Parts: sequence; structure tokens; C-alpha cells
Amino acid sequence: MADILTLNKIIKIYGENTKNPNQVLFGIDLNFEESSFNAIIGQSGSGKSTLLNIIGSLDRPSGGEILLSGKDLSIFTNKELADIRNQYLGFIFQFHYLLPEFTALENVLMPYRISKKDITEEVEARAYELLNLVDLKGFENQLANNLSGGQQQRVAIARSLINNPKIVLADEPTGNLDSDTTEKVYNLLRQINKKYKTTFIIITHDRHIAEKTDRIIEITDGRISLDIKK
Amino acid sequence: MKLAFSIAKRFLLSAKRQTIVIIFGIAIGVSIQVFIGLLLTGLGDSLVDSTIGSSSQITIIYEDNVSDYDSTILAISESSENITVVTETLTIGGSLVNDSLTENIVFRGFNFETANEIYKFDDLIVDGQLPTLMNQVALGIEFKEMLNIEIGDTLVFDSPIYDQENLVVTGFFDFNVLQVNQSWVISPLTTVQNIVGEGDVVAQIEMQLDEVYDDLETKQSIQTALNNDSLNIITWSEQNGDLLSSITSQQSSSILIQVCVIISVILSIVSVLSITVLQKSRQLGILKAMGIQDKDASFIFLFEGFLLGIFGAMLGVILGVGLTYAFTTFAVGTDGTPLIPLTLDFGFIALSGLIALTASTLAALSPAIKSSKLSVIEVIRNG
Repeated sequence: MADILTLNKIIKIYGENTKNPNQVLFGIDLNFEESSFNAIIGQSGSGKSTLLNIIGSLDRPSGGEILLSGKDLSIFTNKELADIRNQYLGFIFQFHYLLPEFTALENVLMPYRISKKDITEEVEARAYELLNLVDLKGFENQLANNLSGGQQQRVAIARSLINNPKIVLADEPTGNLDSDTTEKVYNLLRQINKKYKTTFIIITHDRHIAEKTDRIIEITDGRISLDIKK
Repeated sequence: MKLAFSIAKRFLLSAKRQTIVIIFGIAIGVSIQVFIGLLLTGLGDSLVDSTIGSSSQITIIYEDNVSDYDSTILAISESSENITVVTETLTIGGSLVNDSLTENIVFRGFNFETANEIYKFDDLIVDGQLPTLMNQVALGIEFKEMLNIEIGDTLVFDSPIYDQENLVVTGFFDFNVLQVNQSWVISPLTTVQNIVGEGDVVAQIEMQLDEVYDDLETKQSIQTALNNDSLNIITWSEQNGDLLSSITSQQSSSILIQVCVIISVILSIVSVLSITVLQKSRQLGILKAMGIQDKDASFIFLFEGFLLGIFGAMLGVILGVGLTYAFTTFAVGTDGTPLIPLTLDFGFIALSGLIALTASTLAALSPAIKSSKLSVIEVIRNG
């Protein structure tokens, strides 16, 4: 499989222009294949979330380059990066981050609406299908706040897929869930990976879960300390 | 834009109580502005109306009586669209005698057809009627006691210059001004012309205006039209400097009050919307992570300001007009008439609403800029 994402010598320094700069990433080199299912593990403060935010163009690196489908992200403006986030990337966060003012269905459709396209019957049908896929049939018109933590996380997963992203970035997507729900969510992500050929990069501190992925990358103190492909 | 509008609408609807409080905040500001503005406009109009509303607002005074004034009146009427009515008058001094009682008078001859539009004599007659025939007169109400007379009595006009003339009383008028009520005697123009004995002559040409504050410009137009700079033309504002300065200072204070109210409305909206940006920073972070453009994020708050402004302005106008109506209905004088008449200046009301709407939208600018600068990574990292 071809590489969909390449990281070359990525460094990140917080407070670069201060007396006490804090370097959290030290020349990370990585590449991810299309349709792969990857886990990044590491202790708290190791720099794994920073790396994921840089991959997702939510943050800019202090040095190095990121190639998304061969294109260097550093040449894009903030406006273009916003479009890239909308069209190519899907995000799942630990704190699910739904819009509480909107229903489950509206939350799922939100990335599509941000792309400024009209909601067609097909798109709406796809949103229903995704909610069905994450086992939320019948909850479509519930306000996000009226759903349980596990249900909200599953809405966030459905939302991350509505624009058919090439890559889904998930930061501790089950961090707040019990073990049964965690298992269900990972099985779901795996199912989506197989069904839609979506590349997944998942941060987790749970080795048991990480072992179920195709590749485990461990980051220790801002450096790659382990990279195992199965 | 469509997305930003629908998100703004949803943000406002999801915090109904807060939205209602903000709308009421704007509405109260607008209502005070409308109330004070209408009240001061009413007060100003009433002051102008009661002082110069029933008198000549521009007067041409001739040194000597003039004949052939019809062409002059026509030229004046055509000189400016601001002139609503023009009338000719002839005034002489003398005294009125009833047996042993004698009183000095100002004897004014009018062309009632046009003069009535200025002086509203029909409304001022409190007893009897206006004189219509030669040698008929109406007198100020004070003469009734001063000369001990009744309607139908015959009095003698006496003057060292003119011949004596018998005059028949047809009615009494009340100008609500003591000096006028005890000195003016009015009759058809021909009666005074007959006493003067110079034929069809007049001494003054009087007129009223549509926009009374444009009196000086209108005077200029008359001078140009008559092609005579030496004419003695006097306008109401030249005669009543104190009245003009009191009206002007009242208008200035009205503007100052309105500016203060607008500033307080703007400040309240800015502070409330700024807090809303903080409240919604998590949502903005999510939207930005999903790819919403900074511009669209800004528009969410501009639309919030716009929507709050629309509803606040509408409610404020309704409250303000209602308050003004209630005030003019319940605050009445001893004669039952409102202390300040209700003046519904729709232009002013619409302008107040529009200013509030613009102010609300502009007040949302600072929060909008703040939201566009909001760093998504800060929101994500801080949960």
C-alpha cells in the first residue's frame, strides 16, 4: 500500500522565544500506509497528543515537514488547512466534543455543512446509516446533551466519517469509557477501517487495545522508542 | 453565511433565558431613547406651535402702505416651496369709544380667507362670529369688560389721523395672550382700508412655513424672487432669539441623551457577547477542528448581534411608543389636554431602531474578531 502520510524530522518546541523553551518532539520520522490501522502509545507527557495535533493540522510543527498524500502541509494557509481538515481528516477526541445545542443527527452532518454543500437526501441517508452503524438508531433527534458518554462518543465517531475522510485521528477515544464500551468502540473502528478503507491513527494508553491494531508506535520523551508492524 | 446564521440562531435559542435578558437589555435602551426622543420632539413642536404656530413666521413690513400687492404675493408664493400661506394685512392705531369708556386699540384688517390659515380665527372666536361685512369687527375677549360691551353694540373708532367711524361688534376672540386680548380689533381688510382712505393698500405681508427652522433660507429666496435687498423682512427666529436658542439647546440635549443611551446599549452588547464567546469557545474549537473557516466563525457572532439587535430594536420601539403614549394619555393638565402632545415621528422611530440594530451588529465585531482568533489547539488542550 502507498503511504498516505509522511512525517520528516518533526520537532515541536513550546515557548520557543522564551527563556525556558520546552521541546516535546525530537525529529519524528514516520510514514503511514493507506487503509492501515495504527496505534500510538506512550506515557502521559510523552508528546503523542502533540504529534497527533500536528498531523491533524490543528497545530504547526517547529520544524520538519508533513506530507499528506505527497503534499507538504506547511505551504498551506490557515484557510486551506481548515478545508483539508474538513475534507481529508476526521477527528475523534477523548472528550467527544459534540455541539450540545444540536441533535445527534445534526452533529453528524455538521462537517458536511461546514463544507458548504447542501444537505441532499443521500447525505442525510448516509448520516442515518453511520448512526445506525454506531448502534444509535432511534437516537438521531436527541440533543447531544441527552445522550450518555458512550453514546456521545459513538456520535463523534459517526461525525468523523461523514465526509469520507482519508484519515481518522483519534486521541484516547475510549479514555472516558468503561471496558465493555471500550471494546465495542474499538471493534467499531476496526469495522469501519475494513468497510471504508479509512486510515486510522489512534492514540491510546491501553496496551491491550493497541495490540489489536496493525502497528504499534511507542513514543518516549518525544522520540520513537518502538515501531512494530504486524 | 447560511451555516453561520443557523449556528447563531441555535446558540441563541439554546440559551433562551440569556437571550431574552439581552433582548430586554437592548429593548430598554431603545425604549428610553424612543421615549425621550419623542417626548422632546413633542415638547419642541408644542413650544414652537404655541409660540409661533398661530402667527406670522416671516413678515414683510413696508415703510409706506403699498398698492398692487397681488403680484408681490404671487411672487412670494412661488419663491419657495416652504411657504404654505401668504396673506396681506393693514394695521392702524387708534382708540375705541363706548359712551364714556375709551381704550387704545391695534386695529387690524385681514383677508380672512388666507389669514385664517395663519391665525386660526375660527378656533379663537369664543363668542359670536368673525366679521364679514364692512365696518363689522371682532374684539379681544378683554374688551367685553373693559368697554362693557356685548355682541351687536356699536362703537366709535377714533383717531387723530383718520375720520371717526362706527363699528359693529360681531364677536370676541381669545388668543390666550393678555396683551393681544386687550388690544387687538380685527375686521375685513376693506374696513381698515376705508378708514385709511388710500384705496386698496396694505402695510404688511405675512406668511407661514412648512419647515419653520428653514426661515432664513426662505427669507433669502423671497429677497431673490422680489429682487429687492432693501425690503424689511423679519423672520420668527430673528424676532425670538431666546426661543430659538432654547429649542436648539433642547435638541442638543436630546441628541446627547440619545448618544449616551446608544453607548450604554453598545457596551452591554459587547460585554454580553464577549462572555458568550468564552462560553462557546469549546464549541468554536470543535467547529474549527472540523474545518469551519475563521470568517464563518466570526459571522456566527455578527449574526448573533444582528438577531439580538432586530428583536431588541422591535421590542424597544414598541415599549418606547407605548411608554410615550401612556405618558401623553395620563400626564394631562387641568383642562384635560396632555402636558406634552403625542408626536409620532415615524422617521425618528425608524432611525432609533436602525441605530440600535447597527449598534448591536457593530458591538458584535469585537467578539467576532476574538472568535476568529481563538486557537483551536488551546481549546483542545485545555478540554
